[in-house]
Amino acid sequence: MRVYARILAAGFRTQSRYLPAAFAGLLANATFGLLKSGILLTLVDDGGGEIAGYTAGTMAAYVWLSQGLLGSVNIWSLPGSAERIKSGAIAVDFLRPVDVQLAGIADDVGRGVFALIPRGLPSVGVGVLVVGMAMPAQVLPYVLGAVSLLLGIALSHSLAYLLGTAGFWLVEIRGLQVLYMGVSGLLTGLMTPVWLFPDWLKVIALATPFPAVMMYPIDVLSGRTTGADALWLIAAQAGWLALALAAGQVATRLGRRKLEVQGG
Amino acid sequence: MSRTTPETAGPGTARPRATARVPADGRTPSSDTIVEVRGLSRDFRVRDGLKVRRLTAVDDMSWSIAAGEAVGYIGANGAGKSTTIKMLAGILVPTAGEVLTCGLRPVKDRKKLARRIGVVFGQRSQLWWDLPVRESFGILAAIHSLSRAQERTRTDELVETLDMGDYLGTPVRQLSLGQRMRAEVAAALLHRPELLVLDEPTIGLDVLSKQRLREFLVRERAEHGTTLLLTTHDMGDVERLCDRILVVDHGRLAYDGSLDGLGRTVGAERVLIVDLAEPRAELAVPDARHLRSEGGGLRQHLAFDPATTTAARVLAAVSEQADVLDLTIAEPAIEDVVRRIYERATTSSS
Repeated sequence: MRVYARILAAGFRTQSRYLPAAFAGLLANATFGLLKSGILLTLVDDGGGEIAGYTAGTMAAYVWLSQGLLGSVNIWSLPGSAERIKSGAIAVDFLRPVDVQLAGIADDVGRGVFALIPRGLPSVGVGVLVVGMAMPAQVLPYVLGAVSLLLGIALSHSLAYLLGTAGFWLVEIRGLQVLYMGVSGLLTGLMTPVWLFPDWLKVIALATPFPAVMMYPIDVLSGRTTGADALWLIAAQAGWLALALAAGQVATRLGRRKLEVQGG
Repeated sequence: MSRTTPETAGPGTARPRATARVPADGRTPSSDTIVEVRGLSRDFRVRDGLKVRRLTAVDDMSWSIAAGEAVGYIGANGAGKSTTIKMLAGILVPTAGEVLTCGLRPVKDRKKLARRIGVVFGQRSQLWWDLPVRESFGILAAIHSLSRAQERTRTDELVETLDMGDYLGTPVRQLSLGQRMRAEVAAALLHRPELLVLDEPTIGLDVLSKQRLREFLVRERAEHGTTLLLTTHDMGDVERLCDRILVVDHGRLAYDGSLDGLGRTVGAERVLIVDLAEPRAELAVPDARHLRSEGGGLRQHLAFDPATTTAARVLAAVSEQADVLDLTIAEPAIEDVVRRIYERATTSSS
């Protein structure tokens, strides 16, 4: 495990080299966050100060936590593995005495964890200072929240890796990525909380790993879900992570037989 | 440059399989064989509009490399060199045939093998692009489970011999190509592999950088006995570094032997160029061919086969006919020799 921890640390440090880009990302997230908060808070207002259990304070917490997570979870962009398959750089990964899947995910998670510093924390700061978001006063939600957050980040990158393995067969996966982006953007609860979905959509969402990427960590961290329920969400995240890793492992084994190393 | 067969010809169905080729010097694979390739083939599917063709990059190759050898693996672009290397290293899965590297099956034992070989792809980096060079070595040391002491000794040794002290703290993306290639070679050698595979290591390097890298490789081999397999288009690399040459053409082995032997095999001629005191008509010299004259016959080019005559004999014959002021002898260019191998292979196969 020391190896993967080292690779994760390398990802963390790599991301630290791109601070200006991180601040640009923060600005974009904050702008969109203000829009999102305007719409959702109006909704809460219209609902008489509460909608699906959200008050103005907890809704603001949802908005700024979800915006803050955008730099750390990957639900938009092509996973590193897909780029590496397409460019042929994956050849180098196979030259190392490590598991290609775990090494790739460790690198991405390292980058994601770093992004919490320039993008996650300031986003929460904006929420607290500008719109008065409600955050729990006890310690426990933060401890559980940290675990849930890490699981969410790891799960998002494991799912992205799995998506990337399609490149073994397709080489170019941009079309697939756009589809994934639409589905995950909705079902992770990025646009609106999953709990505001109509029942039929909620059922669909909860049958996928996507809420475990973003919705669950936000619920645990914001103190909306506490105690045994919080542990249950964390267990669900761990389960999805195990499944995503197992599927990625199988896809990598099968995909290797298809690998053609692009670009000589 | 690559041969294609219709998609309908599935792997290993259409082509007759030749029996394993025995190396030119009659060497037989033994316990100290480090690479053994038997009937190795690899096809690729190439999409051309709506049609899918099957392209054979490596076609039924058989050869082996003994521990401690320095082998140059040469051939034109698309001849199948990199594909072979990727199969030796466990990156690509062969379509047919067998390969054993360090006694291991590369695809099945990929991780075990990765601890025993070092590979440099001249056109790809294995370093962490955004981090200082030093960190890449640290991460690779962790990946190869080197102890702190091992890591320090080996890194110090490589930093000194490859003269990397000045730029250890520089992010990889800011290195010059020459600096980066030295770091790449160091990264491949950090875990003291038994086999070092270099795929175009001097591509794009200036003369001085090439020279330093070659000197280092010679020393590294002398000190650690590392087996070297090198693909290159630079014949200087082959001349300085290799004691055996494999020429691959259209995915097949076209030659296996020494560099001198390669010249002999294709009958490489040397050329005697003489500057005469006075213009002369075409000189007629026994065992030599007049190639061309310049300056109305003041300078004449005479080709001869070193196997049938000598430069001295040709010169003596010229001197009987004219006053020689100056002379030059042109050695056969290895590029020409290799090209002739290709040409010969092409004419004999068509």
